[in-house]
Amino acid sequence: MTDTPVTLAATDGRAARLPQKSDAPLALRGLTVSYGEKPAIFSVDATFPAAQMTAIIGPNGAGKSTLLKAALGVIPRLSGEVTSFGEPIDTARARIAYVPQRASVDWDFPTTVIDVVMMGLYRQVGLLGRFTGRLKSRALACLDRVGMGGFADRQIGQLSGGQQQRVFLARALAQDADLYLLDEPFAGVDAATERAIIEVLKSLKAEGKAVVCVHHDLATVRDYFDHVFMINVRKIAEGPVDTTFTSEALNATYGGRLAATHIDQLRLAEGA
Amino acid sequence: MGSEFVMFSLTPMLIGVFASVACALPGNFLILRRQALIGDAISHVVLPGIVVAFLLTGVVAALPMLLGAAGAAVLAVILIEAIKRLGRIEPGAAMGVTFTTLFAGGVLLLEQSDTSSVHLDVEHALMGNLESLVWLRATDWSSLMDPWALAGLPEELPRIAVVCFAVILLTLVFWRWLKISTFDEGFAQALGLPVGMIGMGLVITAAVAAVAAFDAVGSIIVIAMFICPPAAARLMTNGLERQVLWSVLFAVVSAVAGYVLAGYGPLWLGAEDAVSAAGMIATVSGAILALACLFGPHRSRVGAQAEA
Repeated sequence: MTDTPVTLAATDGRAARLPQKSDAPLALRGLTVSYGEKPAIFSVDATFPAAQMTAIIGPNGAGKSTLLKAALGVIPRLSGEVTSFGEPIDTARARIAYVPQRASVDWDFPTTVIDVVMMGLYRQVGLLGRFTGRLKSRALACLDRVGMGGFADRQIGQLSGGQQQRVFLARALAQDADLYLLDEPFAGVDAATERAIIEVLKSLKAEGKAVVCVHHDLATVRDYFDHVFMINVRKIAEGPVDTTFTSEALNATYGGRLAATHIDQLRLAEGA
Repeated sequence: MGSEFVMFSLTPMLIGVFASVACALPGNFLILRRQALIGDAISHVVLPGIVVAFLLTGVVAALPMLLGAAGAAVLAVILIEAIKRLGRIEPGAAMGVTFTTLFAGGVLLLEQSDTSSVHLDVEHALMGNLESLVWLRATDWSSLMDPWALAGLPEELPRIAVVCFAVILLTLVFWRWLKISTFDEGFAQALGLPVGMIGMGLVITAAVAAVAAFDAVGSIIVIAMFICPPAAARLMTNGLERQVLWSVLFAVVSAVAGYVLAGYGPLWLGAEDAVSAAGMIATVSGAILALACLFGPHRSRVGAQAEA
């Protein structure tokens, strides 16, 4: 038998010992995605818990964003199963908000801040429904919550990177979801925006919502997150930050690409 | 004046307006999706389809021509995808190769086949025959109420009118899908919108508009109208709703002003003959784009300074 990702995924032992059907906000089983011949993520199992903030970390090209996109069906998966709150992902979409990478859209698009936020209300209005005053004030409230209340009628191209990221977060808030999936929400944003975003995410957690972030900055993992998922094409480790975010796991994830001094500066969990 | 206008200018002008609007509407979204070349590609590939349809049926009739054009458009889409994947070539180049090759093939077919007896030649393919689509049964404006006169309208007029209103209706109904998926495809997909079908539907709509317009006004107008009015409109406003309205206005102005200028402009300049209306309409749309580039209120890329 040839070692294509499909056959490997089918025979790989990891896929076999599966957790029982999960009611978790997001659960992946044996998720495999490949771009061409090379698997981008391979036979990944994961469970993202409710009322927790989870960081997905790993080196560049490890498949962090791919994991989110494949879970949501934004890119096709080769094999594997995705459930959300115990249901197939397609029937749970109303409970999921997705914040793509800021750089994935053209900010020169002719639209305003409030228009973008109202895209998050699509499920309420449908294809032809009317935006009532109540829905519009809800969108404005979401902008207020990310500190962008005064920018509603601004053309989106006039915003700074941090402001753009906050508008994306406001759009996700408008969806009023139970699971928030964010792809690098802190990439290239100013310190004030980072504080504003983390405040909002922590308040979501306090409301019992699940928050999952693709995250780059290892120095803030301990401060921001409760749960960590470490990936380098395959899953390396997952669990509470307190016990899982260890130098061993980091070395395994980054394959020695992190300098020892760098690791020393991270306030890591003691090796179990 | 009235009767002459109704007989000789009203129908070509209306056909020009409907064709321009039908192409400009999907053009807005194609440009924002960086797919403006698709309109260009479609308007070229219909030529071999129409020639093959003529060779098979021996007549220049609407239905076989539309079917042939549609077949060629489908073939082109398949070829573009195949070249992109097998040749690992970027989409723009794949489109360029496909539509120029098919258009050239159409020209060769046209030259080799005996089309001397019918109105089918390269010039017609490029320019259409707008000036000939006159309403000979009309006497004056009252002919609009006269069934006998209305039955004598050039058949291109109702055809392009139906297509134009269908395009308007589709744009209105699917507005939110088009807007969300054009701005942020990943988000649209996560919402559960049928993103693939929306993109395909847009291209098919553009293809139908191109084929219907091609028949009446030739490929030059089609190419110009997919790009010039929406691009000029983008420079006038920062809102998608207003951009689309501006593009419709520019399409109408191009069609009317282009037709009038083609008919009377050369006379005003002291020349003898009128020039091609299709060519002039396309030229006017290009001039509007140039003016918008120079004087449009939103011509600077607004994102540039925010990147710092």
